[in-house]
Amino acid sequence: MPDIRSLDYDVIVIGAGGAGLRAAIEASAQKAKVALVCKSLLGKAHTVMAEGGAAAALGNVMSEDNWRVHFRDTMRGGKMHNNWRMAQIHAQEAPDRINELEAWGALFDRTPDGRINQRPFGGHTYSRLAHVGDRTGLEMIRVLQDKGVHSGIDVHMECTIVRLFVVGGQIAGALGYFRETGRFVLFRSGAIVLATGGIGKAWQITSNSWEYTGDGHALAYDAGAELIDMEFVQFHPTGMVWPPSVRGILVTEGVRGEGGVLKNTQGERFMFRYMPDMFKGDYADTEAEADAWVKGDRKQNRRPPELLTRDVVAKAIVKEIAEGRGTEHGGVILDIASKQNADYIRKKLPSMYHQFKELAHVDITKDPMEIGPTTHYVMGGVKVDAETQESTVPGLYAAGEVGGGMHGANRLGGNSLSDLLVFGRRAGQSAASRRGSAPAIPDAEVEQAIREALAPFEREGENPFAVQAALQKVMQRDAGIIRDQRGLENALAELEKLKGRARTVGVTGSREYNPGWHTAIDLGSLLVVAEASARAALERTESRGAHTRSDYPDSDEKQARAQVVIKKAGDGMVVRREAQPPIPADLLTLIKEGA
Amino acid sequence: MTRLRVFRGTKTGGELHDYDVAAAEGMVVLDAVHAIQAEQAPDLAVRWNCKAGKCGSCSAEINGKPRLMCMTRMSDYAPGETITIMPMKAFPLIKDLVTDVSWNYEVNKRIPAFQPRKPDAPDGTWRMYQFEIERPQEFRKCIECFLCQDVCHVLRTHEKHEQFMGPAMLVRAAVYEMHPLDTADRREHLRHEGGIGYCNITKCCTEVCPESITITDNAIIPLKERVVDASYDPVAALWRKITG
Repeated sequence: MPDIRSLDYDVIVIGAGGAGLRAAIEASAQKAKVALVCKSLLGKAHTVMAEGGAAAALGNVMSEDNWRVHFRDTMRGGKMHNNWRMAQIHAQEAPDRINELEAWGALFDRTPDGRINQRPFGGHTYSRLAHVGDRTGLEMIRVLQDKGVHSGIDVHMECTIVRLFVVGGQIAGALGYFRETGRFVLFRSGAIVLATGGIGKAWQITSNSWEYTGDGHALAYDAGAELIDMEFVQFHPTGMVWPPSVRGILVTEGVRGEGGVLKNTQGERFMFRYMPDMFKGDYADTEAEADAWVKGDRKQNRRPPELLTRDVVAKAIVKEIAEGRGTEHGGVILDIASKQNADYIRKKLPSMYHQFKELAHVDITKDPMEIGPTTHYVMGGVKVDAETQESTVPGLYAAGEVGGGMHGANRLGGNSLSDLLVFGRRAGQSAASRRGSAPAIPDAEVEQAIREALAPFEREGENPFAVQAALQKVMQRDAGIIRDQRGLENALAELEKLKGRARTVGVTGSREYNPGWHTAIDLGSLLVVAEASARAALERTESRGAHTRSDYPDSDEKQARAQVVIKKAGDGMVVRREAQPPIPADLLTLIKEGA
Repeated sequence: MTRLRVFRGTKTGGELHDYDVAAAEGMVVLDAVHAIQAEQAPDLAVRWNCKAGKCGSCSAEINGKPRLMCMTRMSDYAPGETITIMPMKAFPLIKDLVTDVSWNYEVNKRIPAFQPRKPDAPDGTWRMYQFEIERPQEFRKCIECFLCQDVCHVLRTHEKHEQFMGPAMLVRAAVYEMHPLDTADRREHLRHEGGIGYCNITKCCTEVCPESITITDNAIIPLKERVVDASYDPVAALWRKITG
């Protein structure tokens, strides 16, 4: 046995954002001995940055709302590509998950009659997002964090998992290292929940933090699990564009939910020109109607077109800029100052106010914001069973952003925070029910994984930060919002070269808290998810949701339910197409004809 | 070029190192640290996540002031001025700009948990009004950057970590103490284990809070009043004697 610490648990949860915390709390409630392993400090995960809210058909603001409408909105927003069963479970269970947070101490903003308030958001028919100003994620993570620490969960902070072990066809454990000491630790368990979030760090302009290197996707892939929908990467329409150092930082959709409008440099509210056929009739035709809706008359008027789904808005912005109606910094205008008074803006969007004031010296209560698309979220992920969240590797589960299927080709804003609660709980439940002794992990496999992780110390090679930056540049240029065959093939060729460079990176210094080393290790994950995303994008010869091919600009209905599946075979990546199970007739009618 | 003077070292000691960084428009101190990492010192340890002032990871002391590196613009300093970055002093050093803040998590774990009253409605939900939750919502803005802990002289100078939970954790307790649904009583905890009496209201914590939480006035002073009321109110004391 290699000389490292080794710990036994019933359930190991990797990742401590909303999904991981919710999974750990559930597994612990089922009396499992649970370890929660997080790459950063507890409470710093990406969930903390979620701003706008959590979507759940509580019907507190508009009583017409129910799970059927939410399900329909989700499927239409996902361009009919979603795993229908996940979308159904999500819509049905989200209200209970939100109410449960209140029982654990969450302080959502209130309606006048004392219930949880709900705000309108892109693609949602009714006001549906439970929220706390524009810091909903912070509220959620703090509540889950406190619930978690009082549930007897062992939290291992600043610990990065580098390898999963599969023995006899089932999951057996995970190897990680602690950032502080650089020492390795072996977690042994027959049930592992991945809740590692997304892959946004593979692009240059991103709202994602350093952690988002696709670790869970890559760990699952290396363990033999299947990845699906990796071509569907959401570029959020509104990221900051100026000054350069803040480029990509998220500007919440809540700005538009609260009445903010998008304009080009000619002063035109251009979204009226970008109404997709699928949504014709659901949105306001005129500025007057949109303004009346914002002022609160929501029965007589329809929503503003700024609240179309994110894929539609992001593409419209790209087009406006490409056609010369963008700002000098390559953005368009987002204006709430002329639509709401200063007190209202400060009350409803305090962090946006603060963020622009501090980082851009812009007062959003007086001046317009400059925004442009930013890499935000990956719809694709580990293929899981809708009921249990189990992947194609027995004992390995995935929940939250690392799981695939729920959001189809495009995620609706607000559906992520509810997704991670609904499926985090389900994953925790399934993992806990699998309790039992894990198969023994051969020493040689552990030793081999440790050797590979430490290899960069043995070399005097290239700086890992340089390779990471090169990868981000390639993906931004060739696998960004608008793709085509030539660009994607070029990306794959470049990634092949980068794989070679990654094998030669070297690090200096000690193993203690060494970011160069951490980056060298994360590079392995980034390369897997970047390649998977580019290969899947090349395979899908149509445009659908967030995936836009300039060489195949139209949606092809024959491909709506076709799924690109990626799996490891030997040292290579195998891509295949698979037909998703058909949507049951009653649900199909519901989607087509309305709830 | 801007000169940054950055602490490099471990538990066993260290020193300031000078690095010159090309300043770009709008750059924040964390960008400069990243530039050093990428080009000059890949093993320079720094903790960060969101780079948008929302996660509270990149706390440090910049020219002597406890601040978030991601929310401190280089242009806040005069051209030619050297910017010195030190790790937080109130916590044990791990390496370079990274400190061991695990003590805060231990303290938090011991704060008595939230206990809601019985639901108000038959469907198991509660009714709360916006005016009732404004105060605890202010405390929930806390991003756990621990800058208030760092600046608090009880912790920073007197190192009373064993006796005093510090402003950040008092804010944490205040969320639940002032939560309209909560029924737990944390006054004993605050008085004894939390050592609330150590705070002598110098308000340094409030000054450094990047979320502008009025820590002293809105959290600590009302908590002190509650604790004092419980301990020294003769009527309450008599009542407790009678009721046990």
